[in-house]
Amino acid sequence: MSEVIVITSGKGGVGKTTTTANIGVGLSKLGKKVVLIDTDIGLRNLDVVLGLENRIVFDLVDVVTGVCEHKKAAIKDKRYDGLFLIPAAQTKDKDAVTVEQMKELCDKLREEYDFILIDCPAGIEQGFKNAIAGADKALIVTTPEVSAVRDADRIVGLLEANGIEDHYALINRIRPDMVKRGDMLSVDDVIEVLNIDLIGIVPDDQEIIVSTNKGEPAVVNPKSLAGQGYRNITERLNGNNVPLMDLDDKSFFGFFKKLFGKKQ
Amino acid sequence: MLDLSKIFGKKNRSKDTAKDRLKLVLVHDRANVSPEFLEKIKDEIMQVIAKYVDVSDGELDINITTAQSEDGKSSVPAITANIPIKSIKHKA
Repeated sequence: MSEVIVITSGKGGVGKTTTTANIGVGLSKLGKKVVLIDTDIGLRNLDVVLGLENRIVFDLVDVVTGVCEHKKAAIKDKRYDGLFLIPAAQTKDKDAVTVEQMKELCDKLREEYDFILIDCPAGIEQGFKNAIAGADKALIVTTPEVSAVRDADRIVGLLEANGIEDHYALINRIRPDMVKRGDMLSVDDVIEVLNIDLIGIVPDDQEIIVSTNKGEPAVVNPKSLAGQGYRNITERLNGNNVPLMDLDDKSFFGFFKKLFGKKQ
Repeated sequence: MLDLSKIFGKKNRSKDTAKDRLKLVLVHDRANVSPEFLEKIKDEIMQVIAKYVDVSDGELDINITTAQSEDGKSSVPAITANIPIKSIKHKA
């Protein structure tokens, strides 16, 4: 059975595209056939995060307007077996795609893929409506900041109004040191305020910037903490119940490592 | 070792401020009420109450606030009205 999952947030810059890329690669690593759709028309980025920017011929607008078949537009990632990308159009308007066209496309893709991941643009306008149109499930990416959490709450309301009850929070860029000293909302704080289920947490990690520089998602880097967070989320989306990352534990060991490191 | 920052620092935790501010802002976002809407509720409540008790219009205070949900796990928006009564009309 295939599933259409939209990755959304309301606020920009919280990590929707990075999340889409990492979960997509993660699911393909678990042997799934996955297609990623970038719906941020005019501001496409999923292609560069994945390192596929040089391989674009057709785009989402070409597919929905019948210029080409979706199979022709989907770029096959040669590094990860079973991973495909339908890029956004860069020179067209957000209104170039309609809700009906997106629903139709999602249904067609269900016949071909196990997972259809939709990278949603920031905001709550047409681009958002298109992105959620064909979705069964939504992941709401947020960071532990008032602005991001507030926008996430707006998105929860809009998803429910559109009949998408299957939605989860993904809390990104957590800094355990700041949470510990009370200068950052904790995972529990965010979940209490939003009052929705949690799909997983991703710690703040410089490795994300390095991996984006290279176009290689952190999920395949065994040393990356954020990569571990994304691997866990991927497992959960695939139906495996894995425990949340213990961020405290990591910083605790980090503290002792530093202590002993100094002595030597 | 005694951790003084834990005893004295608790009040200054900025995350508590963030959480309080967020909760308040979300109540208003979720309720999505305009001042006109509140005014309309106020007018109609007054019309009903005025049938039974004497109240002065200016003293009516109506607001959207938070209340605990029934399971006590979350907060839900609530309309609170404070209506001082001048006198009760004893006609049936």
